[in-house]
Amino acid sequence: MELYILLIFMIFAAFVAIEMKDLFSSVIAMGAVGFALCLAFLIVKAPDLAITQLVVEILCLIILIRATMNKDLPLVIEGRWVFNTMATLIFAGVFLFFSYWALKELPNFGEPLMTVVRKYMEEGADKTGSVNLVTGVVLDFRAYDTLGEAAALFAAVIGIVTVLRKTGSKSHDK
Amino acid sequence: MINNSKSGMSLIVRTVTGLVVCFIMLFGIYIILHGHLSPGGGFAGGVMVALSFVLLVLVFGKDANATRISKNLASNLDSIGALMFLGIALLGFAQGAFFRNILGKGSHFDLFSAGTIPLSNIAIGLKVAVGLFAIFLALVILEKFKEGQ
Amino acid sequence: MGLYFLCIILFCVGLYGVLRKRNIVKIIIGLVIMNYSISLFFVLLGYKFHGRAPIESQNQTIANMVDPLPQALVLTSIVISLAVMALLIAIAIRIYERYGTFDITKIKRLRG
Repeated sequence: MELYILLIFMIFAAFVAIEMKDLFSSVIAMGAVGFALCLAFLIVKAPDLAITQLVVEILCLIILIRATMNKDLPLVIEGRWVFNTMATLIFAGVFLFFSYWALKELPNFGEPLMTVVRKYMEEGADKTGSVNLVTGVVLDFRAYDTLGEAAALFAAVIGIVTVLRKTGSKSHDK
Repeated sequence: MINNSKSGMSLIVRTVTGLVVCFIMLFGIYIILHGHLSPGGGFAGGVMVALSFVLLVLVFGKDANATRISKNLASNLDSIGALMFLGIALLGFAQGAFFRNILGKGSHFDLFSAGTIPLSNIAIGLKVAVGLFAIFLALVILEKFKEGQ
Repeated sequence: MGLYFLCIILFCVGLYGVLRKRNIVKIIIGLVIMNYSISLFFVLLGYKFHGRAPIESQNQTIANMVDPLPQALVLTSIVISLAVMALLIAIAIRIYERYGTFDITKIKRLRG
């Protein structure tokens, strides 16, 4: 029941974040979505994810606010307003229709299959020595995923430092 | 630590930050080291350590350089974290497989247990912390450069 | 079923922002909201009624834990989403200082 309330709140806040005219307000509304997601992680018994989501959301807000500070854009109503909105809504409707048929095949909420994980839960603490099963899965059973994550984070850092380096803007004079 | 540079926030904010920031960093390191016993781990603790550095830069200003970490040092530490994780992975070849947990498991609920998992947590935490701080530093240095023009 | 469908609706709100808006920051916000909905969907798939968090405590027999595998997969993806968002913000800042606007339809000149 709490999850329904939180999800409806998240949908409402996301719509506000998309539709708000002021960029600063929409960034704050996106922060509301993120913190509601953190609460939802706590309710579905995922404390690791709740801690990570909380601190990541704070850093995300700091970066977005620094980027959009003093840079506002007056909203313009473009010519093909009706056509663009209708095309987007029709696409979202078709997506929702097919996802309804796909979601009917999933197991019910609260009764997962847990075929692979049963083995992890029985032997995981003895095989890896870690009593936190999430850390055991991340760093022992599925450590290749974490290696790929480290590579992707490294590539993102290199990309940001390359895009924002000083010599790039020095060669272009207005 | 408290200096009189023009940029940055007021004296009250500076004093409170100087008192509080070491505890934030200490909590991040605690989260990293206890990743195999309690919720948390390298990702969450790394972001917390990065946030403590970000707090220093935000409060003391860009020019104060209170953190003493330049962008080159951040890049080097980032590479060291990634290579450390890869080295721990390659260490498993001593017993024949990639990512094999070769150290002793120890007893449960012990800080020094679980083989290579705490070492991997430290490597991941270093990588995430310094990587995210390098991202923030790149944005800050860009703004500083634009103001200097 | 209802919770899954609400997650898909949240995804569609983000998709609406990406497809419809012309401001780059709005597009980035839409992408982040899509990312949130996918994370929540994965974690909801592993939830078990009256389950405990997947952390063992002392003197406890293994019974009725939630699924730790989707949580482990989502844990890596959250940090990746932050890095990707920062990369998009960096590109948006470069576009702003080159063209003076966040509007994607105004970016027409090709300047190397």
